[in-house]
Amino acid sequence: MKTLLSIATLLLLTGPLYAQKAYTKNGSISFFSKSPVENIDANNNQVMSVLNSQTGEIQFSVIVKAFHFEKALMEEHFNENYMESTKFPKATFKGVITDLAKVNFTKDGSYPVITSGDFTLHGVTKKITTPGIITIKNGIPSASSKFSVKLKDYEVVVPKLVKDNIAENIEITVACTYDQKL
Amino acid sequence: MFKIKFVLILFTGFLSCTALAQDTTDLMSQLEQEVSKDDKNNTNITTATFKTTRLVNGHTVENVGKGVLDFKISHRFGKVNGGGYDLFGLDNATMRMGFDYGITNRFMVGIGRSTFEKTYDAFFKIKLLRQSTGNKKMPLTVSYVPTIALKTLKSLEPDSKDYFSSRLFFTHQLIIGSKLSEQTSFQLMPTYSHRNLVTLVTEPNDLIAIGIGGRQKLSKRVSLNAEYYYQLPEYKLANTTNALSVGFDIETGGHVFQLHLTNSQGMSERTFITETTGKWDKGDIFFGFNISRVFTIGKRG
Repeated sequence: MKTLLSIATLLLLTGPLYAQKAYTKNGSISFFSKSPVENIDANNNQVMSVLNSQTGEIQFSVIVKAFHFEKALMEEHFNENYMESTKFPKATFKGVITDLAKVNFTKDGSYPVITSGDFTLHGVTKKITTPGIITIKNGIPSASSKFSVKLKDYEVVVPKLVKDNIAENIEITVACTYDQKL
Repeated sequence: MFKIKFVLILFTGFLSCTALAQDTTDLMSQLEQEVSKDDKNNTNITTATFKTTRLVNGHTVENVGKGVLDFKISHRFGKVNGGGYDLFGLDNATMRMGFDYGITNRFMVGIGRSTFEKTYDAFFKIKLLRQSTGNKKMPLTVSYVPTIALKTLKSLEPDSKDYFSSRLFFTHQLIIGSKLSEQTSFQLMPTYSHRNLVTLVTEPNDLIAIGIGGRQKLSKRVSLNAEYYYQLPEYKLANTTNALSVGFDIETGGHVFQLHLTNSQGMSERTFITETTGKWDKGDIFFGFNISRVFTIGKRG
């Protein structure tokens, strides 16, 4: 009986210990388009992200209309003409850190990793693999990555007339600190 | 007894484990739900009811954003029924050049100069109500636009005394608009216009018209627009007709091109609303275009 009881206690204790999921609701994603005519950049500070340190799962969800631009008209065109944010309100990434063993979540430091998964943008889902960095500071993990997305792949159509204003490849920068734990 | 207790403990133990070990996707959808709930508590202001601040001749409910300068060039060619000699009106053009500037997102000012009767005009536009969804629901946008116009064309009657005040025209418009769907927007424009000088004693100084207009998007960048101003019979000048205009908006980045057909050659409020004489059925149709180019010069607040 005593052994059974200790198993039960163990189960109760190990449950929360192993459930290593950290999340944030205010991560940041920005993008940058460089072209001879003009540079376009926008920021979104309402990125939702979940990091599971046990399984290596990492997910992002972004409300498209929460991207803010310096020029009001750019923001309007971004939502209306390019991203169609009423039709496709969010962009998501559901993936996994493929080399999770490299990361020691209990020791402060920077760990370069490779992430791969499904990226959904403008209603189109594509498999992508990108390098990123997991940083542990005072036990709190954060993720950062820089990768580029080809607009054509996601059926974002740029009319010929403005094709000099918008880059074909958009550079995306991700920075999320997982300050919430579950 | 002890066994039952033990099973219960074990059972709750497993329960708490599964609750905590819910998978990453579940946690994400939970987060998304929380955020969308927050979003419902926010007020989302409707944007892009129209592509630009003018429908054809008259104003829309739209403003230019804070710190945005909108340079507008508008042309109205001559009557299409002028025939081949005038190349269907292309020989005779009137034009207006104007600058609009957004002081805040709800308040803009503008000035312009038309070749038609050498008229200067100035206006401001303020959004009194803004269409929104979410926490605060508002089905309409309401803007108020007062315009003052100064006619500087030399008086055709040299005998009569030429007062500065006689050259002034005032127009007040309330624009009540609604974006019914992504594609369709609609607006009503009750208009009051005052002129200090009339040519005949029998003519009223105060004129009243009600405008109705809308747009239907044909694609992401092209929309079909129409506007019609109905003048109240007791408050209109003799021999004038109601202005009816149809046109297309073609938007390309920072430019909006508007191409249209209208029975009015004037481009300031007092001319097209109260002084239109063209008749559509007689072929008194003017081809025209507006080009809008925006420059962001101020910082966004």
